[in-house]
Amino acid sequence: MTTTNGSNEAIPTLQLLDPRGSRVTTRGTKGYRDRAAALTTEDLRGMYRDMVLTRRFDDEATSLQRQGELALFAPARGQEAAQVGSAYALRTQDYVFPSYREHGVLHVRGLDPVDRLRFFRGSDHGGWNPTEHNTAVYTIVIGAHALHAVGYAMGVQRDATPQDKHDGTAVITYFGDGATSQGDVNEAMVYAAVNEAPVVFFLQNNQWAISEPTTRQTKTPLYRRGEAFGMPSLRVDGNDVLAVYAATQEALERARNGEGPSFIEAFTYRMGAHTTSDDPTRYRTSDQEEEWRRRDPIDRLAALLRAEGGLDDDFEAEIKAAGDELGAKLRTGVRALDGGPAVSSTFDDVYATPHGVVAAERAWYEAYDAGDPPAPQYAIAESAQGGAR
Amino acid sequence: MTTMAERTQTTSGGATEPASGTQTLTMGKAINEGLRAAMRRDDKVMLMGEDIGPLGGVFRVTDGLQAEFGERRVVDTPLAESGIVGTAIGLAMRGYRPVCEIQFDGFVFPAFNQITTQLAKIHNRTRGAVQMPVVIRIPYGGGIGGVEHHGESPEALFAHTAGLRVVSPSTPQDAYTMIQEAIASPDPVIYFEPKSRYWGKGQVDLGAPVGTDTLNAAQVVRQGTDVTLVAYGPSTVTALKTADALAEEGRSAEVIDLRAISPIDTAAVVASVRKTGRCVVIHEAPVFFGAGAEIAARVTEECFYALEAPVLRVGGFHTPYPVAKHEHEYLPSVDRVLDAVDRAFAH
Repeated sequence: MTTTNGSNEAIPTLQLLDPRGSRVTTRGTKGYRDRAAALTTEDLRGMYRDMVLTRRFDDEATSLQRQGELALFAPARGQEAAQVGSAYALRTQDYVFPSYREHGVLHVRGLDPVDRLRFFRGSDHGGWNPTEHNTAVYTIVIGAHALHAVGYAMGVQRDATPQDKHDGTAVITYFGDGATSQGDVNEAMVYAAVNEAPVVFFLQNNQWAISEPTTRQTKTPLYRRGEAFGMPSLRVDGNDVLAVYAATQEALERARNGEGPSFIEAFTYRMGAHTTSDDPTRYRTSDQEEEWRRRDPIDRLAALLRAEGGLDDDFEAEIKAAGDELGAKLRTGVRALDGGPAVSSTFDDVYATPHGVVAAERAWYEAYDAGDPPAPQYAIAESAQGGAR
Repeated sequence: MTTMAERTQTTSGGATEPASGTQTLTMGKAINEGLRAAMRRDDKVMLMGEDIGPLGGVFRVTDGLQAEFGERRVVDTPLAESGIVGTAIGLAMRGYRPVCEIQFDGFVFPAFNQITTQLAKIHNRTRGAVQMPVVIRIPYGGGIGGVEHHGESPEALFAHTAGLRVVSPSTPQDAYTMIQEAIASPDPVIYFEPKSRYWGKGQVDLGAPVGTDTLNAAQVVRQGTDVTLVAYGPSTVTALKTADALAEEGRSAEVIDLRAISPIDTAAVVASVRKTGRCVVIHEAPVFFGAGAEIAARVTEECFYALEAPVLRVGGFHTPYPVAKHEHEYLPSVDRVLDAVDRAFAH
């Protein structure tokens, strides 16, 4: 093993579907191949459809940003297999802790696409009710949510009866190669390991932390970080939806069976910019981008489906129509978000119970906003002794 | 929202009879009894921290609790403070009420990110869908001859962060009640324990009602007419001693124990200053950008025409917390408070 980054040739990497879309039969992968083989043509068509719609969401959101309708957007282009494949392995009761680029995961979890853009529109710090979808809102401080995932998993353990080690709920947290350098991600792995928490660490190594390549983050292949903390760890071809699905399903099963945490490194590539504010031409070559375009996760699954008779013109047309519908919904829905709560809603939900400072500042702001002579900003109830002197 | 009273009614009795009646306890023991009462009342309450299990914490505040409630509810965590708070957040999302112990004030900073960017904001970020009933207990303040990072008072850093409640008891009774109210609160509470007062004793009514007052309302702990001394946590005792000294000089000081610095019970302070016309704020934390600055501004805004003198502050300096040999010159002493009162009367 001589290379650590930039090439996955020298590092053991689970692959079940090669870039030409042919199933791979490597020795030692039978367990994973069996899991992939259990996916029906209908399942694969669903995955394909969701990957295409994830990319369409990306394109539509990027356009909306260019038109000034979104403040920012972080595209997931190139990571559709890593996201859709892993999300297909989840159950409804499983809890997801995403970062901010998991559009494919959120799509599969059934989150409303307009809600997913509230944050990027600048109209919400979150966008949905986490408890309705067992999916936390975006976390922007890199890696902070990995600890929340582990804590949630520790809660799952505590909910379980002693006889039944856990209640069948597993937790998954998504993060990137840059996040592996964060203390919180490393602390999360410590806490998960010593508690044998039912959690899967799902790293999407898309090779770029904004402008920094993984050589600025690590001297070892990142999946080995998980090993070092005492977890079963694996690198998978992140552009191979079958390998991602099989590896994630296996890791989730371990969690459900009380066998503790796992670490998956999905080796993929961020085909687009970090966000709409970024300019990748300043730090990477188009040769590298072209090389990864030839390993496009969607083309790969399309080739498999075509070869196995799962993809025809009618289905392509159906997906195209669904994409058009998604685009129309986003264009109308995002603009309609401006009819949302009044500015004074800024004061809502700062605390769950009344807090004197927030209450006084709200009262002042509302009077000011109504054009009434502003009351003192820190107005308080007149006391009995008020003005007695 | 479930009130404490409702929860008390719905909880069945534990194996051991809860402590009751009035006892003389140290503040450390009073917090211990408060934790025990909260854990008996609600089995979602759990404790997390370093060395809090068999050792009972470096100050023994959790003494005996792991033996009573087990390792799943009293968790000796890895030595990583961000991890303590970060996993507590996840546990809260799953319906638990974690109480985290940070071993010393200066060690909260590895967890500062989790507290300020996550714990404080998740309720707001989710528009109220997810509550964060997490308590962070921090032994703070100086006076015990500690080494670096063992004598600091970082409360203003937390009070400056919306979404957090920040409190500090000054008596064993308040310590006992306030820890239970903090645990019952659906908001995150930073609970600063004045470590120099851990061993001070007082009467504690173990059956005292648990509501929400101590998280919001200051208490007038001594009535007076000539000057208002505003303090909290360890400085409340200093303020009371100063009031005794002032009485010998024929001056009558009113002493207010804030109990909470987020929110600040401005009404209680203003009512007192309108009566006395003079105000001195005392805390161990540095004066510069400290809680006293906020109080002075509010008092000036609300009591401008009632003031006989500027609001004065007595506290730590804008230096790193000093070495133990010099800490008693840094801390607000009775003498320094008396000096401030004299200055207030010079106007």
